[in-house]
Amino acid sequence: MFFILITGLLLGGTYALIAMGLNLQYGVARIMNLANGEMLVAGGFAAFWVYTAGQVSPIAALLVVAPVAFGVNWLIYTLMLRPLVRRAKSRGALEVDSILATFGLSFVFVGVMSWLFGGGYFNYSYLAQRVDIFGSSYGQNRVVAFSIASLIAAGLWIWLSYTRAGLRMRAVAVDPDSARLVGIDVPAVSALAFGLGAAVTASGGALISMFFTLDASVGILFTMKALIIVIMGGVGDIRGTIVAALILGIAETFVARVIDPGLTLAAAYVLFLGVLLFRPQGLFGKKPT
Amino acid sequence: MKRRTVMMSMATAALLALGAASAQAQDVIRLGAAAPKTGPLAGGADVTHWPAVRLWVHQTNEAGGLQLADGPALIELIEYDDQTNPQQAIQAAQRMATQDRVDFMVAPYSTGLNLAAAPIFSQLGYPQITGSNVTNQQPELSAQFPGMFFVLGRTGGMAEDTAQVLVDLRTAGDIGDRVALVNVADAFGIEMAGISRAVLEENGFEIVYQTSYPLGTQDIAPIIDGARAAEPDAFIAWSYPGDTFALTDQAIVQNFAPKVFFTAVATAFPSYAGRFGAQAEGVMGMGGVNPDDPAFQAFAEAHMDLTGQGPDFWASASTYATLEILGQAIEATGSKDRAVVMAYLQDHANIYDTVLGPIQFDETNNNERYWTVGQWQDGVFRGVAARGRDGVSDIILKDGWD
Repeated sequence: MFFILITGLLLGGTYALIAMGLNLQYGVARIMNLANGEMLVAGGFAAFWVYTAGQVSPIAALLVVAPVAFGVNWLIYTLMLRPLVRRAKSRGALEVDSILATFGLSFVFVGVMSWLFGGGYFNYSYLAQRVDIFGSSYGQNRVVAFSIASLIAAGLWIWLSYTRAGLRMRAVAVDPDSARLVGIDVPAVSALAFGLGAAVTASGGALISMFFTLDASVGILFTMKALIIVIMGGVGDIRGTIVAALILGIAETFVARVIDPGLTLAAAYVLFLGVLLFRPQGLFGKKPT
Repeated sequence: MKRRTVMMSMATAALLALGAASAQAQDVIRLGAAAPKTGPLAGGADVTHWPAVRLWVHQTNEAGGLQLADGPALIELIEYDDQTNPQQAIQAAQRMATQDRVDFMVAPYSTGLNLAAAPIFSQLGYPQITGSNVTNQQPELSAQFPGMFFVLGRTGGMAEDTAQVLVDLRTAGDIGDRVALVNVADAFGIEMAGISRAVLEENGFEIVYQTSYPLGTQDIAPIIDGARAAEPDAFIAWSYPGDTFALTDQAIVQNFAPKVFFTAVATAFPSYAGRFGAQAEGVMGMGGVNPDDPAFQAFAEAHMDLTGQGPDFWASASTYATLEILGQAIEATGSKDRAVVMAYLQDHANIYDTVLGPIQFDETNNNERYWTVGQWQDGVFRGVAARGRDGVSDIILKDGWD
């Protein structure tokens, strides 16, 4: 029982890493970023590269990966996505445009990564030893990734809840038009949220690469998972994403261990459907007024 | 006058030489190749397929090309990405035939894409010599698509030999009856697991744990936990690359160390040993080679020199062999006329000299001499079971992970 719970929590931590960034991007900047998974893979490749080339720990690599991802994505938002935001007449129109634009962007990322790293599989062995918790063994790398995911989640939540910058971000998430009326620079906050989301996602990729075999085209898997989690949790609320990620992790592990591993995907989608049917705004989402 | 004659004859000689050279350069065999560069199987194709194809083209051109009846012809390779998408594979084949007008095509990568492309290869009249396609349907496929050839072997042979390895170990008193059997839930995994289960049960083994998981699953801790709880003597997984790595990783983490630990695709990749190092010792997988064979060693060295990476210890060599076979058929007929080459390939009396050793197709266009099971031993993935191949190594028991 402990095994299912802990394995599920570790998996949920991984899912939180995959989805928290997308939540910021979609919730605040209103960009449904379909290139999210590719950003994650890019973070993983960067960690792979510094680890194999220079024996730098993937955790130390976060210090570089996160700022670079932030900068690159801040630029992507400012140069490529802001024109879409400007011309969009409604939130719906922006969603459609941003889905198309970032879908294209995901192919660009895949192409660039195949060109830089080739199409092969990438993995390495880091902290692949066992650690015993309540009599069962778990990978140290998964436990470390979970701990850092918790730190990132806690940091984000505190920052969003208790700082002025966080307040501005929440204001934009709730209503960009009203936020502008009270003097918030909405485009700047959106760019910040988009870059920050990408930094979280790329950091997640660097951590996940410790135990996940990646290749240049695997990103779409992560994007799909992240979409489910963000929509389940409620758009624009980081707590919802974390809770949804943990629920999904524990549910999938339970189904895999007790019923059948073949049904994990089915279990995930049943949960997803249930949320859509009974709480369409997501677990922590606010009903549209 | 005299001087002029000399000049003239020199000029004529130069012209003649030039003419000969340009005649040589003019004759080109266009070879089309569509295989994954993106998509789920890109990682596998990047290890197994593309380097072998490029290596053969490079070496053939270095050696002056293929000898046709009217002189040598260089190979021009035209590459497409099929995105691991059967629809794209079909479109690419069509495009190569009609737009690029290639003379021959390299068969696609993987069982699924080869099956998907078989009708279009057949319809367009191109030989499809497959090197990374394992199936049990050779009789039906070759009847339906007479231009489809099979170098890598039969799934039945692989599953039977894997079971036979267990039977032999049990006879020797090394293992008991308990087997855990898992598979990835796609055509490959389901077929392999079905055959192995039947063969194992026929031989009196007890399947103490059996399950499957969706394609793309890498969170595999519950499966290893379940398998471990069933206390098997042998663990057999019909897995794909991502899950092959994840299963091994979790088995190490949970210290699940049965005497036989078998994972399928990617176990034979050099990166498997790169990732797990000494812990890979004793792990078994599909395929294998005879690493002591000078032909394989030369192939591996050339592979390393050209592409900067070693070949895998299974389908790299057979992919390369498919092109050796095509090249030898072209040279034997002295023609790049597809119908003529096809007729030569369909003549089952012909024997080809390849990196795998001699290959002769049987009446179902199948190569019945192939490696079935391999095992990591001292950093090399040695073939420990084969159909009709020499140099089979002895099996060692897996002795824990640490």
